[in-house]
Amino acid sequence: MSLLHKERANVKRLFSLTILLIIGLLGLFAPILMSHDPLAVDISKKFLGPTWDYPLGTDHLGRCVFSRLLLGIRYSLGSALVIQIVAILLAILLGAFVALKRGMTDYVFIRICDILLAFPTLVLAFGLLGLLGPSLKNVFIALVFTQFIYYSRLIRSLFIGMNEKGFIQAAKISGTSGIKLIIRHYIPNLLPPIVTIVVLDIGKIILEIAGFSFIGLGVQAPIPEWGMMVSEGKQYIRQHPELMLYPGLAIVFVVLLLNYLASSFKKLDQ
Amino acid sequence: MYESTWMFCLKRILTLPFVLLGVSILTFVFIRFVPVEPAEVILRLARVAPTAEAIQALREELGTDKPFLIQYLLWLKGVLHLNFGTSFVSKLPVAQELFAKLPATIELAVAAFVLILGISMPLGIISALYKHSIIDKIIRLLTIMSVSIPTFWLGFLLLYVFSLKLGIFPTNGKGTLAHLALPALALALPTIGLFVQLIRTTIIEELQQHYVQYAQLRGLKNSVILVRHVLRNAVIPLTTVLGMTLGNLLGGAVIVEQVFSWPGLGRYLIESIINRDYPVVQCYVLIIAVIYVLANLCTDVLHRLLDPHLMMKDRRD
Repeated sequence: MSLLHKERANVKRLFSLTILLIIGLLGLFAPILMSHDPLAVDISKKFLGPTWDYPLGTDHLGRCVFSRLLLGIRYSLGSALVIQIVAILLAILLGAFVALKRGMTDYVFIRICDILLAFPTLVLAFGLLGLLGPSLKNVFIALVFTQFIYYSRLIRSLFIGMNEKGFIQAAKISGTSGIKLIIRHYIPNLLPPIVTIVVLDIGKIILEIAGFSFIGLGVQAPIPEWGMMVSEGKQYIRQHPELMLYPGLAIVFVVLLLNYLASSFKKLDQ
Repeated sequence: MYESTWMFCLKRILTLPFVLLGVSILTFVFIRFVPVEPAEVILRLARVAPTAEAIQALREELGTDKPFLIQYLLWLKGVLHLNFGTSFVSKLPVAQELFAKLPATIELAVAAFVLILGISMPLGIISALYKHSIIDKIIRLLTIMSVSIPTFWLGFLLLYVFSLKLGIFPTNGKGTLAHLALPALALALPTIGLFVQLIRTTIIEELQQHYVQYAQLRGLKNSVILVRHVLRNAVIPLTTVLGMTLGNLLGGAVIVEQVFSWPGLGRYLIESIINRDYPVVQCYVLIIAVIYVLANLCTDVLHRLLDPHLMMKDRRD
């Protein structure tokens, strides 16, 4: 890859990373920045247009749309980030263990993965949520589980690919212990692909969380998760389409930035 | 070690029963994890007071008082005879209801698949041929947009613009091509983005191969090189994502059917989950998994048959 392309990918990465960081900070400091309590219902103020007091107007229960969007960052972007981090950490633990152990453990692991991956991930998540019942906690469980299966197999093959490398064998011969081997040699070398994988899927997870809320299997009503907000706004699509438009645009914007970030990571990886 | 395509197929087919057995065990165990007593659900749905005696009587009737393993074997025996149990709500055999809803979902998925191929092929080819041009940049922006939009929100946008404002398409219902257009588009769009990206990269890679240079030196027209040689090779990587595409379509259908009130499997699944109609959920998951496993087997075999490189690679390993 030419230097120019590399530079461009770097700029792209810096750009999307900065904006995402700002959005993350907005979510973190949402309670200070919110103009109103996002859960406070005031029927007398329903369907207000944008004013200085309510920058994006109010919804069908008179709640401030702007404040709800701000707090929603935590439930959409925040949850997705936490789900990804938990899933990849668990996957590294299991994947590394299996890859170093090989033999029977590895065989059983692969067979179990074959069976679990026989379900399309989204269908598996729907099934799990249907059984566990709708709540934020269960969305976490269902998504961490489905991501974890997929990642642990991926991490296993990444680790096994490394086994053959000269410096790993040298470290093994000189008697480096298992844990030190993983932390000092495997992880630092595998970090770029792992980071790419994690970033690549955060956007997908945000979309899935939103989809679950819409169907009624995810986050429940007063929580201002963006998918939930679209879902609440859909009843007023004829009179007030903007209620559905704002949270949807928020999702598209954040997922778009994440996808740009992921594509820049992919380019730099090559 | 060299492995012929037939050996490969045979090996894959031989492992199939084990995977399916595992899938059946898992589906069964999943349902048993539910902290709800099936007998109680049935009694509540029938508006009968769930007394201890009534629950006990029904448990004996359902066989849920037997040991776990016996329950599983009885259930498996039923499944092998295509008897998936009866729905708590309608009291009809689950399989009958699910298979009645299957054609609507297949119709939707096939229409979406036609759209995916019909739209992503030309876009991917144009994008690759004019790479780094303004057309390429626009197409790439559109593809990255298409994978960033929530399916259900896109569905509502399409409904709002084309049904409520312009009045071109009906808002819901099923039957004509006009009814099919919007749901199929909403279902197809995210996958179109993935396909365009994939087609673009493979064609760009193929165009740099020596055989293209050689064909040019032989004086073949560029259009001939593209259609006869480059496209044929570029199709191969697409076969690897067919299985994933099917998964996307089946999962996405659950959401799209909900938006457009499409009377298919996905809507039935959500209805059953809300009613706690577990035999239906169990049967749905099992059927989808079987379809998915078989489809993945077919794509693996197809990929093998189309790509001679893979066999060579095996020989080297």
